[in-house]
Amino acid sequence: MKKLLVFIPLLVFAVLGSIFFMQLGKDTQYMPSALIDKPLPSVSLVDLHTNGIVTNDGLPSGPYLINFWGTWCPACSIEHNYLMALSEQGVPIVGIDYKDETSEAIKWLQERGDPYSHVLLDELGNFGVNMGVTGAPETFVVNSSGVVVYRHQGVVDDVVWETMKGYFK
Amino acid sequence: MRYSLFFCLIALFSTTAFSEAESILKFNSSIDETRYNALIEELRCPKCQNQNLADSNAGIAVDLRNQIYSMIDQGLSDKEIVDYMVARYGEFVLYKPANNAGTFLLWYGPLILLAFGLLAFVLIIRSNRKSLRKETK
Repeated sequence: MKKLLVFIPLLVFAVLGSIFFMQLGKDTQYMPSALIDKPLPSVSLVDLHTNGIVTNDGLPSGPYLINFWGTWCPACSIEHNYLMALSEQGVPIVGIDYKDETSEAIKWLQERGDPYSHVLLDELGNFGVNMGVTGAPETFVVNSSGVVVYRHQGVVDDVVWETMKGYFK
Repeated sequence: MRYSLFFCLIALFSTTAFSEAESILKFNSSIDETRYNALIEELRCPKCQNQNLADSNAGIAVDLRNQIYSMIDQGLSDKEIVDYMVARYGEFVLYKPANNAGTFLLWYGPLILLAFGLLAFVLIIRSNRKSLRKETK
């Protein structure tokens, strides 16, 4: 019995060591969204193209993506081509022009193409706060019952879309 | 030496400039101001994760500070403000974690470890005494 007690520190070390080792290499910036499996917060935003107010009823009825972007955001210009490709595949994307200048946004969409089914303006970032956004780009998957099922912080690419596809129904 | 003095001076002036920028906020009462300062100390910036809202200059931290300011101005309670943040950013934003089943070990783990330590301490002392008695006999 006494002899076994001697091994307790080694055991504790082994357990802690393996726990710490498993945490290595994880994305330290990863933060789960508080919105997952919750209905989309209420939307009441101005549409860039029509100048009318869009509410939850005006959003696509099937599954769609919500993409936060801004002309000030360098990663958004990297992401843009991929979003164009997605929209050509028929994926509806609601763009939230996040804390941006509207005139700059119009220019950006004219120059690079418009992948969005709606472009909604969130100049002050209030809707961003309601969605728990920490910056741009961020992309949410909303399913056909209007529930937020997935959030990705950063650029959407092939790898990310593979994961998102699983939620896109 | 001269350089370090120079940097000290710069540091001094830069902090006063910062506090002046923050003092533009006008509060209804000094209680509201204390509450505001306590909340931005206690809530974590979701973008720059090792800073609280008070320390961070990230865009989202500025937005959230403004949000807290206006919520205090509207007369919302501390609990309502914290709940608002948790609903949007998760329990992650609490530097003072909630006391629930998921955080049980976080809150009481150290006490449990301390209890184990005390137990081991008492047991060792006892067995030492026993062996001492045997020797003296």
